[in-house]
Amino acid sequence: MHYPIGLLFDLLASSSALPWNITVHFKSFPEKDLLHCPSKDAIEAHFMSCMKEADALKHKSQVINEMQKKDHKQLWMGLQNDRFDQFWAINRKLMEYPAEENGFRYIPFRIYQTTTERPFIQKLFRPVAADGQLHTLGDLLKEVCPSAVDPEDGEKKNQVMIHGIEPMLETPLQWLSEHLSYPDNFLHISIIPQPTD
Amino acid sequence: MGTGPDAASGPPSRLGPGRTGPLLPDAEDLPPRLRPERCGPRLPPASAMPNSVLWAVDLFGRVYTLSTAGQYWELCKDSQLEFKRVSATTQCCWGIACDNQVYVYVCASDVPIRRREEAYENQVAALMVGAAERRWNPVGGFCEKLLLSDRWAWSDVSGLQHRPLDGVALPSPHWEWESDWYVDENFGGEPTEKGGWTYAIDFPATYTKEKKWNSCVRRRKWIRYRRYKSRDIWAKIPSKDDPKELPDPFNDLSVGGWEITEEPVGRLSVWAVSLQGKVWYREDVSHSNPEGSSWSLLDTPGEVVQISCGPHDLLWATLWEGQALVREGINRSNPKGSSWSIVEPPGSDNGIMHVSVGVSVVWAVTKDWKVWFRRGINSHNPCGTSWIEMVGEMTMVNVGMNDQVWGIGCEDRAVYFRQGVTPSELSGKTWKAIVAARECDRSHSGSSSSLLSAGCFFGDEVRGSGESAPSDTDASSEVERPGPGQTLPAEPLDDSKNAMENSASGPGAGRTTEDTVEDACPAEGSREARPNTHPGPATTPAELPWTNIDLKEPKKVPSHSAAGFPETTSLSSLGLFPLGLEEPYGVDDHPLWAWVSGGGCMVEACAVPRWFTVQAGLSSSVHMLSLSITPAQTAAWRKQIFQQLTERTKRELENFRHYEQAVEQSVWVKTGALQWWCDWKPHKWVDVRVALEQFTGHDGARDSILFIYYVVHEEKKYIHIFLNEVVALVPVLNETKHSFALYTPERTRQRWPVRLAAATEQDMNDWLALLSLSCCESRKVQGRPSPQAIWSITCKGDIFVSEPSPDLEAHEHPLPCDQMFWRQMGGHLRMVEANSRGVVWGIGYDHTAWVYTGGYGGGCFQGLASSTSNIYMQSDVKCVHIYENQRWNPVTGYTSSRDRISPCWSGWSPTPELSKPASASQSVEITGIVRREPPRLSSTSAFSKLMK
Repeated sequence: MHYPIGLLFDLLASSSALPWNITVHFKSFPEKDLLHCPSKDAIEAHFMSCMKEADALKHKSQVINEMQKKDHKQLWMGLQNDRFDQFWAINRKLMEYPAEENGFRYIPFRIYQTTTERPFIQKLFRPVAADGQLHTLGDLLKEVCPSAVDPEDGEKKNQVMIHGIEPMLETPLQWLSEHLSYPDNFLHISIIPQPTD
Repeated sequence: MGTGPDAASGPPSRLGPGRTGPLLPDAEDLPPRLRPERCGPRLPPASAMPNSVLWAVDLFGRVYTLSTAGQYWELCKDSQLEFKRVSATTQCCWGIACDNQVYVYVCASDVPIRRREEAYENQVAALMVGAAERRWNPVGGFCEKLLLSDRWAWSDVSGLQHRPLDGVALPSPHWEWESDWYVDENFGGEPTEKGGWTYAIDFPATYTKEKKWNSCVRRRKWIRYRRYKSRDIWAKIPSKDDPKELPDPFNDLSVGGWEITEEPVGRLSVWAVSLQGKVWYREDVSHSNPEGSSWSLLDTPGEVVQISCGPHDLLWATLWEGQALVREGINRSNPKGSSWSIVEPPGSDNGIMHVSVGVSVVWAVTKDWKVWFRRGINSHNPCGTSWIEMVGEMTMVNVGMNDQVWGIGCEDRAVYFRQGVTPSELSGKTWKAIVAARECDRSHSGSSSSLLSAGCFFGDEVRGSGESAPSDTDASSEVERPGPGQTLPAEPLDDSKNAMENSASGPGAGRTTEDTVEDACPAEGSREARPNTHPGPATTPAELPWTNIDLKEPKKVPSHSAAGFPETTSLSSLGLFPLGLEEPYGVDDHPLWAWVSGGGCMVEACAVPRWFTVQAGLSSSVHMLSLSITPAQTAAWRKQIFQQLTERTKRELENFRHYEQAVEQSVWVKTGALQWWCDWKPHKWVDVRVALEQFTGHDGARDSILFIYYVVHEEKKYIHIFLNEVVALVPVLNETKHSFALYTPERTRQRWPVRLAAATEQDMNDWLALLSLSCCESRKVQGRPSPQAIWSITCKGDIFVSEPSPDLEAHEHPLPCDQMFWRQMGGHLRMVEANSRGVVWGIGYDHTAWVYTGGYGGGCFQGLASSTSNIYMQSDVKCVHIYENQRWNPVTGYTSSRDRISPCWSGWSPTPELSKPASASQSVEITGIVRREPPRLSSTSAFSKLMK
C-alpha cells in the first residue's frame, strides 16, 4: 500500500532532524510490500480509486459519480502539475455536504501506528453523534483506537499527528476532514510514541 | 488647419522622424530637440522592467495606483473626483467620473506636450506705373492691404482660411501658450533673410526665399507653441452631447490601440459606450493631442454595455443580451475597424457581463461571475473558437500589457493577479490576491496597523501587550463599531476615514470581519464596561479576549464549505498543500475594489512585483485566519491548529529557505550517435557518441555542456563544449551529410569549428534545435528578438539574429561580431533589413518580399517548445544553373570526358561539383516569416497565400 509522503514523514521520521534524508532505490522493488505501479497511469488509477473510496464514505459515491470524466482528469492534473486552484475547483465539490446534514455520511480516515503490525485502522465513523453533537478527534480515537488515547491524568505517551501537527483532541472531526484531508480525501492520522527527550 | 505640415516648403525629408538631420521645420510639430524619440525609444524595451503602475478604483470611487516597484496603493494625485471607470495606458489614464463625464489624466513626464500653431501673413507688391517705360514694373514695396480678390492677409497654409493671429485660440483650458507669436525665419531647412518672407510670382505658387524681379507676392509664417499643462490632474473632456437632444452619458470606456501604429506618436484608440448602448470613438488622440478632437458614433447591431480595446487590433464589446461583439477590420489605416461580428456566450443561461482583451487574448465574466478564457484568438481570427471556464469568481477582469490579467474577486472585492501568464500559456496558472496596503493605512500608525488589527482576532499573543496605542485603537474601533448605517462620532485619530469606510461597506461584502462585527455588537453583554464609541486612544483596553470573535454561530458551516473560491481555497491550502502557507489571502482591513486597469502596468512573468506578501513582521498565516474564522465556537483547537501550522512551516520550510530546490535542479542528458569531422589525421568523418548535459542551477539558470566521445587509435577520448560559449550554430548544406557547425570565439579564431553530421535531416534538425535552445537558455535569450536586434543572413540564406547589450550604449571596446551570440530564426532570405522599431523585411532568392511577423522558432525548431503563433510556411526558390561541359575532340566529337580543369557538371560559380539530378531548383521550407506580396498586389492575394 502506498502512503502519501507527508504521512510517511509523520509516521517514521517526524522526530528526525531536518532535512530529511531520502534514499532513492532504482532496483530491488519490494514487490511483497508495495503494489508496483508500472506506469503513470497506474498511479493515477490508484489515486482516483482512493478518491472514489473516500467519496463512497462521504456521499455514497454520489458526488464523484456525477462528475464528468474531465473533472476526474482535472483532479489528477491539478495534483500532478501542482496547480492548487485547478485541483480545488473540483475537489471543493467533494467537500460539500447537504445543508440539512451536519457533515459527511462517514469520515474517510485511516489511523496508522508504528507499534502494531496492522497497516492501518479504517472503520465507519460518523461525524455527528446520534444526539446531534459533533464528534471530535478524541471521540474517534476512543472508539476505534483506544490504546492511542492517553489517560486523563497519566503521562502523555502518544502523539496524534496530522500534517505534521498535533490537533487538539477536541477538534471536530468533520472540520478536520474538510480542511486537513490529503489530496486523496482521506484523513491520514499517525499515532507515534511521544519522544522521550 | 494651421498645424499641418507645410507641403510647399522644401523637399520631402528622406530621414525618418527621430533621425538627426538638418532642422526641418515641416518634419513635425515638435522641434527635433524635443521630440521624444531622440531621447531613446519612448516605450520601454521589453527586456527592461521600468516602474509602471496598476490603476484601480475602490468602492467609493477613489482612484489608486500601485507601482510595480512599490508595495502600497497610492491615492491618485488628483483626488478631487470620484470615478467609476478607469482605463490606463503607460502615458495616461482615461476615466468616467461620478458626474458621468469623461476625464483624462496625463501623467507628468519630462517630455512636454507641445503643438505648434501656424499662421501665414500674405502680402502683394504695390504695383507702380513707370511713366517713361510705359510698362508695369514691380518696384514698389509690398502693401499690407490686399485687394478683395486676393487672399486673406492672415491665413492658414492654403491661404483659403482666414486666420488672424489673435483669432487662434487655445483648444481647451488645459493648454497654455508658451510664448508669443514669432516669425519663422527658416524655410525648407535654410535660414531666410530677416523677416522670414518668402516670395512668389503670385499666390497659389511655389515660394522661394530670394526676392526676384518678378516676385509679386510674399508671405511669411508665424509660429506659436502651445503646451498641454494639465498633467497629473484629471482634465475634463468636453461632452459629446448635443444640447438639443437628451443627454446620453457615458457608461464605459476603454483605451488601447497603441500598438496599431506609431504614427502619430502616442496614438491611442479611445472607445466609449453610452447609457443608451451606443459606441463612440474619440478621434485624433495622440501624444501631442491627449484630449483628442471629437466623438464619432459607430453603428452597432445591438445595445452595448461594456467595451474593451486591446493594445493592438482586438476590440470586444458586450451586448445587453449577453453576447459579445467583435470588431473586425481594425488595422493601421483603419483603427476604427469596419464591421462587427457576434460571439455567443459560453452558456445560454448566463450571458457575458464583461469582456477584456489583450494583444491576443480575450477574457470574459458571465453574469454568474464565472471567468472564461477564449481559445483560439489570433490576428486572423479575432473571434476565437471556444470558451474555457477558469477557476474563480470575479466581478470583472482586466487584461493589461503583456496580456497579463487582473481581476476583482466577487467575494472579497480584492484585486487578484493572474499568475503564470506567459506567451506559451496565456491562461496563466492561478489567481493571487494583491495584499498591498494603502499608503494612508500605513501612515496612520507606527506599525502596519491594518495588519495588526487582523492579528487581534487570533489571540493575545499576536497583539501582545506592548503594541502601540494607535494600533489598539484601530483594532477596537473596528470591533466595537456600531452596526452599519449608524454614523460615528468624529474619531480622534486619522484612521477615522478608514473606520467610516468599513462601516459604510455594510453587509453583503462577504468579509468575515464585517460579519463578526455585526454579530459581535448585540452579543456584547458579557464584555466589561466598554463604551461603544470610546472617546480617545487612552481608554483603549490593552487586550481583547479571544472569545470576542467567537460569536458567530456554527450554522454558517455549510455555506462556508460551499463558499468556494478564495476563502476555502486559502483554508484548505493549509491542509493539503503546506507550501501554500506563504500565500496570504487578503489583509483583514483590505480596501474593497470596484475596478482595476492594468493597461499601463508592465509585469513580466519572471519578475513579479512584491505585492503578494505582507510587509510587516507578522507571520503571514495570521492573515489567512482572518478569512477562516467562520465556525468559531471552539477557538482553542482552531487557534492551536493554525499556530502549529505556522510553527511547522517555520520548522520545516523557513529554516531551509537557503537550500537549493531539489526538484528545480535537474541534470538532463540527451545522447546520440553522430559523425564528427576529425580535423587532424585521418581528416575524415568519424563516428562519435555525443551527450548533451543540461543542468539547472538553483537560481533557475540553465547551462549545458556538449560532450563528443571519439576513439582514436583504440583510445577513448572526448572533447567538450560549453554551450554558453557557443556563438553560432550553423547548418551546413551538403548533399551527402546533414551536417552543422558549432562556433565559439576561440574556434572561430582558429578557423576550426566543431562539425557534426547526423544520419537523417530530422535527426540533424532535432540536434540543432536542442543545441540552439540550450545556447539561448544559457544566455537567457528567449522569446522573439527585441526591436533592437541585429539581423544577418549567411551566404546560404540562413537567418541569424543577435541581441545587443540591453543598454544599447556603445561599449568602449565593441564586441566583434564573431564574439556576439547569433541564434538562427527559421526562414531563408537573400537580404534582410531591420529598423530600430523591430520592423524586419527581407527579400527571398526568388525576389519576393517578406515581412517578419514576430514569431520565433520555425525551421528546425518545429515541434520543440517555442512559439507556434506567427509561424507560417515560407517557400523560396533558388535557381542553380548547371552547365554540361563538353569538349570537342576531332576523333570522338563532343565528349564529357574530363579535361584539365572543368568538371563535366558545374554550377554558375566555381563552387564544388554538383551532381546532376535534383539540384536544378531547390525548394526550402521555411517558417517564421510571412510572405508579403509586393504592394501593388491586392491584399486578398496575400491572404490566400497565408491560407495555404
